[in-house]
Amino acid sequence: MAILVVADHDNAALGAATLNTLAAAGAIAADAGGEIHLLVAGSGCGGVAETAAAVAGVDKVLLADNGCYENQLAENVSLLVAELGKNYSHILISAGTTGKNVMPRVAALLDVDQISDIMRVESGDTFVRPIYAGNAIATVQSTAAVKVITVRTTGFDPVAAKGGSASVEALDIIHDAGISSFVSEELAESDRPELAAAEVVVSGGRGMGNGENFEILYKLADKLGAAVGASRAAVDAGFVPNDMQVGQTGKIVAPNLYVAIGISGAIQHLAGMKDSKVIVAINKDEDAPIFQVADYGLVADLFEVVPELEQKL
Amino acid sequence: MKILVAVKRVIDYNVKVRVKPDHSDVDLTNVKMAINPFCEIAVEEAVRLKEKGVASEIVAVSLGPKACQEQLRTALALGADRSILVETDEPLSSLSVAKLLKAIADEEKPDLVILGKQAIDSDNNQTGQMLAALSGMPQATFASEVNVEGDKVTVTREVDGGLQTLALSLPAVVTTDLRLNEPRYAALPNIMKAKRKPLDVKTPEALGVSVSSTITTVKVEPPAQRSAGIKVSSVDELVEKLKNEAKVI
Repeated sequence: MAILVVADHDNAALGAATLNTLAAAGAIAADAGGEIHLLVAGSGCGGVAETAAAVAGVDKVLLADNGCYENQLAENVSLLVAELGKNYSHILISAGTTGKNVMPRVAALLDVDQISDIMRVESGDTFVRPIYAGNAIATVQSTAAVKVITVRTTGFDPVAAKGGSASVEALDIIHDAGISSFVSEELAESDRPELAAAEVVVSGGRGMGNGENFEILYKLADKLGAAVGASRAAVDAGFVPNDMQVGQTGKIVAPNLYVAIGISGAIQHLAGMKDSKVIVAINKDEDAPIFQVADYGLVADLFEVVPELEQKL
Repeated sequence: MKILVAVKRVIDYNVKVRVKPDHSDVDLTNVKMAINPFCEIAVEEAVRLKEKGVASEIVAVSLGPKACQEQLRTALALGADRSILVETDEPLSSLSVAKLLKAIADEEKPDLVILGKQAIDSDNNQTGQMLAALSGMPQATFASEVNVEGDKVTVTREVDGGLQTLALSLPAVVTTDLRLNEPRYAALPNIMKAKRKPLDVKTPEALGVSVSSTITTVKVEPPAQRSAGIKVSSVDELVEKLKNEAKVI
């Protein structure tokens, strides 16, 4: 049977997380076989489907283009995915907020358990996922008829965005549950790379003192071409918006370089960044737990050394 | 309106878990247990809705072994009116919990069900969404603001790019994010009063729900340990190491 991947997109562009999710689907197909179909559900998203058709490894793109899917409302999209999904062996989506919102609803509609946030594929029915804020790694096996899965994108290298030549099949399936509606959104705007996919991440914590002081991190980040993250303490104190939070309850990142500045390194923060290739910690408390995972630690006042670091890069 | 709040007993968030030597699970013997932090936020939100005059009754539900009564007493001390324990020693998947909660919701007919967005042990982030699907209710997950207006609830959600606001018809399911509120502490007189509040015990069998799961845990291992790093003494040394040793800049 085939594997269904649900695409991440904003009706205008295909989300980078889709390419990682397709890599997970490819790993499943390598063991269990089956074509890989990519569902693009949205409104006015024909262009996204065209982009998706060129992605390596995609056998077919399914396009559900209707106003009821515009804002990815879980009530509507889950009915669509569940209807399509019962004919597939696996259904996958990235474990971003959209995937986490929609997919358990799909699983319940299909009356199967869901496997959240897989970081490795052992076989077509066996997967590896973190539990207890990443302090234990569980290998789980599923006997469900349809395996409903969300994918931790940092666990899988993205497939190539080019090289494929899938056909696009337009679907005429409309599910409007009519019990929820979109009111508004307030999205953060930034020229910096997307946090979850950045090669370099610079993060600030409570030690930054206030929101204005984050300016020195932005300068450093711009020098490094980095995304800027934050600890929960920095978000709760109002220094930066919540979509910058890295951790168990925020975003999971695994960049080549993670620079933690003024962050103590609580269990919940480490859950979101300890798979980074190289970790640098700058903190004036030499006993901060962050130094136990840092490859390079500098015990110093961040207000002195961060501007100096920026100058010397 | 009536609010149903689901609370889970989990390992305390400050405890560093240990994996059992036989790799069957994590070791929970003699470990401090507590109410899941997200569930605590759910209880607090329900209590605030009652204080605003929006809610008239708050029913707290927990599912699991007898010891979950402690977490229900905590919810009662924080302001829930009564509580229900669905008692079972079987391990429960999120889908089983959602089915049990649906059975409770069918009996209680709440206007709003509030859950935490995820439990800090399984990290599944599934139950609220599954309950909503099974009950045909709309959902607003990862809520940072909840406003009930007539027969609708408007919820601001924390999404990857920022914030999103949805309007849902009641009855609805809301799952809480950390920013929704700051839970209060239970005062001693309230802890004493909570001992006299009702706590009903039910079983999955009585609710007609099978708690079998299609997922089995093959093994649980500790994560790969990072090798200890070094401390550098200056910015120059840090830049030099990052350039020549780690080669990341």
